[in-house]
Amino acid sequence: MSKALLIARREMGAYTRSPLGAVIIAGALLIDGILFYYWGLSQKMLSAEVLSEFFYAASGITMAASIILSMRLVAEERQTHTFTLLNTAPIRDWEIVLGKYLSALGMLTVLTLLTLYMPALIFVNGKVSIGHIAVGYVGLLLIGSATIAIGLFGSALTKSQVVAAIVGAAILVALILLWMVASAVEPPLNEFLAGLAFHHQNFQPFQKGILELKGVAYYVAITYFFLLSATKILEARRWR
Amino acid sequence: MIEIRDLYKYYGATRALGPVSAEIAQGEIVGLLGVNGAGKTTALRILACDLLPSSGSVRVDGIDVVERPEAVRERIGYLPDVPPLYGDMRVGEFLAFAARLRGVASSDVARRVGAVEELTALADRNDDPISTLSHGYQQRVGIAQAIIHEPKLVVLDEPISGLDPVQIVEMRQLVRTLAGKHTVILSSHILSEISETCDRLLVIKDGEIVASGTESELSTKLLEGIRVRVALRSPGSSSAVLSLKAKKALGDVTGVTNVEDTTIAESSDEVAAFIVEAKQDVRPAVAAAAVSAGFELLELGRLEHELESVFLRLARTAPKANENGATS
Repeated sequence: MSKALLIARREMGAYTRSPLGAVIIAGALLIDGILFYYWGLSQKMLSAEVLSEFFYAASGITMAASIILSMRLVAEERQTHTFTLLNTAPIRDWEIVLGKYLSALGMLTVLTLLTLYMPALIFVNGKVSIGHIAVGYVGLLLIGSATIAIGLFGSALTKSQVVAAIVGAAILVALILLWMVASAVEPPLNEFLAGLAFHHQNFQPFQKGILELKGVAYYVAITYFFLLSATKILEARRWR
Repeated sequence: MIEIRDLYKYYGATRALGPVSAEIAQGEIVGLLGVNGAGKTTALRILACDLLPSSGSVRVDGIDVVERPEAVRERIGYLPDVPPLYGDMRVGEFLAFAARLRGVASSDVARRVGAVEELTALADRNDDPISTLSHGYQQRVGIAQAIIHEPKLVVLDEPISGLDPVQIVEMRQLVRTLAGKHTVILSSHILSEISETCDRLLVIKDGEIVASGTESELSTKLLEGIRVRVALRSPGSSSAVLSLKAKKALGDVTGVTNVEDTTIAESSDEVAAFIVEAKQDVRPAVAAAAVSAGFELLELGRLEHELESVFLRLARTAPKANENGATS
């Protein structure tokens, strides 16, 4: 575990030393701000609805930022040949994957916390509970965590960061669109597919300030599944 | 220290390596020599646990690389052909990271970083970003990260590649300083680059070890002897007399099989040069014979490119290892 944290610290340093981390955070905050102005300040809505719309918009930005943050994690190291350093060190593949994941999650947490001023404005000027804000942020971090795991899986597959981003985004979009597939099939398959959909049923409760164990379990399971898959890919690559 | 038994590596249906069997003793510096694509990097990657073998066994310090790779990696320092360096980090910072990654205790990291920086002459570059270093310095950082945890085995893939002549000399000295304390395996496709550094050479071709031994053993075995150039001067002598006398003196040396005339830049009536062929190294006896015959000895040395011709012969028409006892 300490080796995973060591890798995470190095990766966090890499984000801060290059413009990448700052550009992603600045871009995400800009888009968040514009959408918040559009929904929150230019339309007549209840403050709880404004907060819900904020979390809806922020979830999309979180997913996009997570794909961009995670696309480089393994692919860039393979491209620059630095992955050999990790591959030949006395550490396990799951520690490499965990360290990479934690670094991107750390950056995403920084980004997410920097959006706090927007819900704070609603809290000061409207009538929303701290609980709604807290649950919404738990949802954002969970959906971000799952997206990072998907992006990391894509990054483990290839040397190209562009291909990694495309693979990650394709998996993500496919999972999101499962709710559309669910609406087109018969029961009980429709409920099963709707339950698997990445955003629709699973994120809406967080958006509204309702903490559902089902949603938490879903995002934790997706995170675990894709981190495990990324680990297996690293293990398999040693045979090639 | 290292035992390799019937090692094979396939990439799909293509055999990249094998069969390879070899043993390397503690403290040896062994050169893995072969043309590009011969299988050197594959062999070294397997030793460094970066790649798993298709079949056969590799044991480092008695530990199997497939069964307990983490334990093997603790004992190995690896510099691949492209140094695995994070360009955005500073030298000292990177070495400290590499040390912690390889399990050096936190209390010992600063001492180890200082020690390897001293050894690799990087102390005054401690705060430089790695991306700003020259290729030679980056190679040094590559070696420094490979020895930061004091591994028993150091594996260097083409460590001299791309260095200028001064850097090559420095790198050779650096590798020699690792001898004894570490077992070192390094690869190259240029024989002269590693023949001076290594105790023993393993020549690899098409994934198989085709010869093994010291440079002298290899040349004796494969060229069926050695060739020496001798330049002699006899003041006041004519060229014909000088040639006759010299050939007689040199030809009488035990082990010499042939003496031929050759020319050098200084050739004149008083100065003549010869190629002496012998079954073993006869340089001391040739020197003694020339002096006792009244000649002034201007030059005596093994023919340049002699070792290259050994290598080229091996690379082109290699006998199998088991035919000449190459595996050791």
